[in-house]
Amino acid sequence: MLEQGLLILVSTVLANNFVLTRFLGLCPFMGVSNKIEGAMGMALATMFVLTLASVSSYLVYQYVLLPLNITYLATVSFILIIAALVQAIELIIRSQSPLLHRVLGIYLPLITTNCAVLGVALLNVRQQHHLFEAALFGFGAGLGFGIVLVSFAALRERIERSPVPEPFKGAPIALITAGIMAMAFMGFTGMVKA
Amino acid sequence: MSDFNNDIGQQLHRFHGGLQLRHYKQISCTESPPFIAVPKQLVVPLQQHAGLIAEPCVEVGQRVLRGQRIASAQSGISAHLHAPSSGTVSAIEARWVHHELRCQAVIIDCDGLDEAVALTPLNGWTQSAPESVVSHLQAMGVVGLGGAVFPSAQKIHQSLHQEQNIHTVILNGAECEPYLSCDESLMLSRPEEVIRGAQILCHAAQAQQVIIAIEDRMTEVEKRLLQCIKTKNLSHIQVVQVPTYYPEGGERQLIQVLTGEEVPSGGYPQDLGLVCFNVATAQASFKAVEHGEPLIQRLVTVTGQSVQHPGNWWARLGTPVDDLLRAAGGLQQAVDRIVMGGPIMGRCLIDTQAPVVKASNCILALSNAEVHDPQGELPCINCGFCVRVCPARLLPQELHWAVRSQQLDRARDYGLMDCIECGCCDQVCPSHIALVEDYRLGKHQLRVQQQEQQRAQLAKQRYEARQERLQQHEAALAARRQVRKSPASKPLDAKARIAAALAKKRQQKAAQQATNTTPPTSSDEDRS
Amino acid sequence: MLSAILGLSLLALTLAALLVWVARRFPADSDPLVVEIETLLPQTQCAQCGYPGCRPYAEAIAQGHAEINRCPPGGTATIQALADLLGCEAKPLDESLGEEKPPLVAIIDEASCIGCKLCIQACPVDAILGAAKRMHTVIADECTGCELCIPPCPVDCIDLIPAPQVASLPNALKRAQRIQMQVRA
Repeated sequence: MLEQGLLILVSTVLANNFVLTRFLGLCPFMGVSNKIEGAMGMALATMFVLTLASVSSYLVYQYVLLPLNITYLATVSFILIIAALVQAIELIIRSQSPLLHRVLGIYLPLITTNCAVLGVALLNVRQQHHLFEAALFGFGAGLGFGIVLVSFAALRERIERSPVPEPFKGAPIALITAGIMAMAFMGFTGMVKA
Repeated sequence: MSDFNNDIGQQLHRFHGGLQLRHYKQISCTESPPFIAVPKQLVVPLQQHAGLIAEPCVEVGQRVLRGQRIASAQSGISAHLHAPSSGTVSAIEARWVHHELRCQAVIIDCDGLDEAVALTPLNGWTQSAPESVVSHLQAMGVVGLGGAVFPSAQKIHQSLHQEQNIHTVILNGAECEPYLSCDESLMLSRPEEVIRGAQILCHAAQAQQVIIAIEDRMTEVEKRLLQCIKTKNLSHIQVVQVPTYYPEGGERQLIQVLTGEEVPSGGYPQDLGLVCFNVATAQASFKAVEHGEPLIQRLVTVTGQSVQHPGNWWARLGTPVDDLLRAAGGLQQAVDRIVMGGPIMGRCLIDTQAPVVKASNCILALSNAEVHDPQGELPCINCGFCVRVCPARLLPQELHWAVRSQQLDRARDYGLMDCIECGCCDQVCPSHIALVEDYRLGKHQLRVQQQEQQRAQLAKQRYEARQERLQQHEAALAARRQVRKSPASKPLDAKARIAAALAKKRQQKAAQQATNTTPPTSSDEDRS
Repeated sequence: MLSAILGLSLLALTLAALLVWVARRFPADSDPLVVEIETLLPQTQCAQCGYPGCRPYAEAIAQGHAEINRCPPGGTATIQALADLLGCEAKPLDESLGEEKPPLVAIIDEASCIGCKLCIQACPVDAILGAAKRMHTVIADECTGCELCIPPCPVDCIDLIPAPQVASLPNALKRAQRIQMQVRA
């Protein structure tokens, strides 16, 4: 059990990283990596949303879709439940803890209907995780995303103040950097046999 | 007083980084510096000190005497200015001091009589309260003559009014920048005045001991100072020789060498119970207190390969640099540039008519051969040489990138404000990047940004306070209008009131009430 | 078929009910966005944007009623900062509202002031001092240079002068100043 959990965590964080090996969640990866502060907020928000999405979609799948035999509605209902829960929690945070809202702020709704979020829910179904595994899978995916996002933001900050050749400025150098990072993360693939 | 640390200077420490430079000092160091004749016209800029610009207190056409106050300090950090010689004020206009500073200046056409006002020495200062010595120094316009030109009186005043007592006065005679020799020359020619000044500053700051720090190559200076201390039998003054190493003359670095302690970031030496003055400041304090002479002249080194006879001269403040260069035999070879201050921290002059100010410790006429910056700037290659030499232990290349890409917040986080602008990084950079200029620009931008934020904050507060006041005023007016309105609206309301009274009556009847009470509205009507 | 429709509708209804309940139970007091926008505005309170002050303008931006290029005193820098915050495109300043100028402060020509108090009433930050039929003066440190005191003055005795700078600007810095010293090993 513990071994299984650890395996899931390591595999999602490093070997099967959502961004760099599965190509999920690329838009926030490119969009919110200009500043480290923003990337931190996004990373925290993603970790939170992915865990929540994993757990809630698992529950809906097990206790609503399977009994009614309507698993072909998985995508629609997952989007529904995740969007509604994130929205509700954003409202609660906004009124209860302005400080936390400043940190997570606009990133919560931004990430809500992201491909990474839907991806984590659907992968859970496909890999037939049970509740604990699903939660761990979601958290691991969020952690992996966060690590990659923050380190990418740090790299981009340095790139910004370095003399980049004119044709490479902006998106090209960012994508090249992401590519090199993906190469580095590919190195983890042989580590875990998931 | 309990934490009085008596072994300051017994054991020397090292500061991080720094450079050993060729010092070129022998060429200008002279034993008895001559005086420069009072010129025909003196230009006294009003911004000669750190802090706020002084306000002129003379008028155009007015005759002034030597030592008469011509500009007064503003409240806050500022210093008085005095007429360096007698003459007539011919104009108050903007003049260039060096290529970064242009400010209002009092122009005095000298009459050659050099008549002085009645001097007011502070007799018996050993018996007078430290505050009176401090205010006397303020009245005489004494500022730090090492280069930072911070008003000395305010430095002592601050340290007298804080929790930490000052136990040691450090006199900085370690002039570390190459070419400069005015402090050495001063200590050679007038050791007893420096020592007397040290006693005065020690008394004013209520300290127990004085340490005069000189460089280890100044053996003759040490001999003269020690002899002077011995004849006067002053056991609380010591002379300490520190290694010749740039930037050891920096206040923070010198303190680190003497005590092994670092002055905290954003703090002052006073936080460690120390207060630091230049030796020339001590001599100026002596003149101010014992002779009642305001700060109107200073010792200036004139040197560089382009002058024929380098040396030191006493010059009245406001004397044109041209006069000094002429005294030094005039310009000789092809001059590349003329610098006020040392070669590393000095500022280029616009022309040789620029006046000598309180901060001018050196006039440097550099020949083409001495200035070599053959190639332009190349990109930073991350070699880390600058990190190794930075005496403030900053990361110069990070600061450079942050300032160049306008990431000012990041630059501040990396400690930009702690940069002492010593230029060590500049000297060792293999890519010839003008780092210090970046830092100075960045610091300035940060200061402007901070001030703008403060202004915005203040404006916001005042706007909100005004809105609130207007609302209250409006509410008060509305309330008064209501009161005034009520008699006018009485005929209109009367019907309604009668109706209400009737209804009440009927209700009361219905309730089988025997007694007839007056309705509450009637009392209202009576009143109005 | 029926179970699919019912199941999904039920799920949607439950979630909608949850959202409604949460929104009622936890009302958001102030929009944090307004505060963030307001800190970026220069606080001159000049009303050149067409709103009575910086705060009302910030509220209008947050609600999407106003463009971000309506602040002449803030100029390009403020527009850029607002664009970064709101994630939209920076636009050039709306020149019809005024042009970007260096910071100014008002100064009253004290000889010609008649003491009418009109400028005092116009000043949004209470930076003008004076009493009726007495000379007025501007507290330079508190003046934002908003120009609101100029139109009401009946004798045109108010001028705008450049605001004092923090320190001398080292923008005259010359690269040529660098002098390489010989370093001993």
